[in-house]
Amino acid sequence: MNKISIIIAREYNVRVRKKSFIIMTILTPILMALLIILPTYLTMRGDTDLKKIAVIENGSDLFTGTIKNSNEAEFVYLDDVDLNTLKNSFEEAGYYGILYIDPAVVSTPNAVQLISKKQPPIGLINYINTSLKNEIERQKLLAYDIENLDRILKEINTSVSVQTIRIDKEGDTRQTSTGVAMAIAYIGGLLMYMLVFMFGSMVMRGVIEEKTSRIVEVIISSVKPIQLMMGKIIGIALVGLTQFMIWILLTIGFVGIAKNMIIGKTEGAVAISAVQESRDFMSAASSAQAIPEARATEELSEFMDLFNTAMNQDWGLIIFSFLFYFITGYLLYASLFAAIGSAVDNETETQQFMLPITIPILLGLIVAMGTMTNPESQLSFWFSMIPLTSPIVMMARIPFDVPAWQLAVSMLVMAITIVGVIWMAAKIYRTGILMYGKKISWREMWKWLKYKR
Amino acid sequence: MPFFEAINVTKQFGDFTVLDNVSISVPKQSIYGLLGPNGAGKTTLIRIINQIMGPDRGELYLNGHKLSQQDIASIGYLPEERGLYKKMKVGEQVLYLARLKGLSRSEAMSRIKLWFKRLEITGWWDKKVEELSKGMQQKVQFISTVLHEPKLLIFDEPFSGFDPVNANIIKNEILYLRDKGATIILSTHNMASVEELCDNITLINRSKSILEGKVSDIREQWSAKEYEIIIEGTKKIEENEHYTIISQSSSDSKTKVKLRANDGASINDILGKIIPIGEIISVNPTVPSMNDIFIRVVNESR
Repeated sequence: MNKISIIIAREYNVRVRKKSFIIMTILTPILMALLIILPTYLTMRGDTDLKKIAVIENGSDLFTGTIKNSNEAEFVYLDDVDLNTLKNSFEEAGYYGILYIDPAVVSTPNAVQLISKKQPPIGLINYINTSLKNEIERQKLLAYDIENLDRILKEINTSVSVQTIRIDKEGDTRQTSTGVAMAIAYIGGLLMYMLVFMFGSMVMRGVIEEKTSRIVEVIISSVKPIQLMMGKIIGIALVGLTQFMIWILLTIGFVGIAKNMIIGKTEGAVAISAVQESRDFMSAASSAQAIPEARATEELSEFMDLFNTAMNQDWGLIIFSFLFYFITGYLLYASLFAAIGSAVDNETETQQFMLPITIPILLGLIVAMGTMTNPESQLSFWFSMIPLTSPIVMMARIPFDVPAWQLAVSMLVMAITIVGVIWMAAKIYRTGILMYGKKISWREMWKWLKYKR
Repeated sequence: MPFFEAINVTKQFGDFTVLDNVSISVPKQSIYGLLGPNGAGKTTLIRIINQIMGPDRGELYLNGHKLSQQDIASIGYLPEERGLYKKMKVGEQVLYLARLKGLSRSEAMSRIKLWFKRLEITGWWDKKVEELSKGMQQKVQFISTVLHEPKLLIFDEPFSGFDPVNANIIKNEILYLRDKGATIILSTHNMASVEELCDNITLINRSKSILEGKVSDIREQWSAKEYEIIIEGTKKIEENEHYTIISQSSSDSKTKVKLRANDGASINDILGKIIPIGEIISVNPTVPSMNDIFIRVVNESR
């Protein structure tokens, strides 16, 4: 219909030209980029702040040189220094703290103390723990007097990481990752929730604006109410898609620029800091003495694995389902929002009607989160069939492989429901927009459904 | 043949009857007044004519054929509850509303320019609606109602919100449109403008049509029976079989009485009763204003 397209164009243009839209569209990716860049940046700043640590052993030199300097701490091994004297003066001497090692540490794990004025970072403590542990283990092994110990140690150094392979009906195998599936499920479900809610309530505000400014009667003398309603819903959907696309492009752009600006200068530091971040995961696999470059390669290959398993997901299906459920979910909720907007006189009155709409969305989100830990549960199944929750819950289930018939049924139920809901919403809408100064109840709205045109 | 006709239109909301067998018949190129107290059902009838609602029963004809969705382009409607998008620019807004009525962009543009010039608002194109006064907004709305040159125009309280000067401008525009060939339905509470503008009226009260006809006929019909008589002295005049008293008052030792002749009574019968009471100073047949007729008819129908 030509008239619908005129309405769509107006709804779209008016919103896209708004200052708030332009600001939001540009600011959000900057914030997103900051969110991604800032932690890395802060880690790097931490690195420049080198901590000097005095190492004192209680009358032995068993561990001298054991803990290597890292890029966040420098270890100075002191002999013939009294612990109690140093305790009072280490700060003036330029030390961050004192690492006191009792030789009893060989048998008593807590015979090591790190004395400092500030709470030391967890990374530093882990680093010290790992270094000492490895050294003590090495010393203990040495005591057995085994030949070629170093070579043997290198040989037995093993790392295990379970690879999950799924076999589909055709017998093709695919490397998968539950972590990746969870991430996709999480992002898919959450995104769906945000988009549907954000743009659904935008529809509601638009309807209220037309009603309170009293322009609606002028317009519906030219077009049918359902044309105005659908024109608005579609126009705003296009606004949403536009904003979403710009966000994705700008975020990628900003992250790239920021990375070059901040990280590019100190590329070496990044590799090392990346290694540091991964220490928790890697400590079991590699000894503290391992060279950072080797770790970085390992890290890289792990990332590549992750990337490959992510690519192994059925992206065609995911994107198709996302678009399907976004469009249908949005249509479903936007028409409900439009019906509510038509029934009230101003935004404050929407409260009582919003609750029954908010609850299913929230419920969907909660079930979707549970779905990630147990995708096969009965609860997830039913919630992915009910149209009010299926966009969110089904998106969370899809990365874990949903039987085709379930997907088909869910989509079919959704499609049928939408036709019904739009029909109902249009009936409430066309009566509601002409009602002024009347407190509307659910019962009243139910009556409107039965009015003839 | 009437240009627009509504025959036995009935509309109910739930159990509430808003319109009960209402018929109107609007001759071509005339102004038709739709009168009635608030809540009588006028706006519902107007919405049915605009096909915003459908009637439960009854038929509507425009220029001889049954009213259909295609006719939307040949109807112009200025609702009582009217407004504009506050944040939108005046020009864009009028253009948008014109295009919704089916005008092409270029056609709409050239007509808007003509009308903006005619109502002397050419400088407003880029102003936002919220920057305009209420009267200025009304002008913009008037233009968007008539821009697509509809053959049937429906104005619901067109003068509300206008100062006398601008109300007069709008009144003249309505007459101008009629002279150019438009047929107009006017719903208003302003009885002076009804007397001035309308050729025919229908008075609706409580969902029913209770009075209809030519304005001149109606006024004559009611005036033929009413007199204002002033007599010397402070007197009390009693009703009798010839007349009914509408009002009487005394001041400056004169008594003024308004009365209505009962059926079959002539002015001579009435004066025969009055003369014995006091010396007659003046006798005037009164032409009741539409306002009086409105009030009386509505009250009688209770």
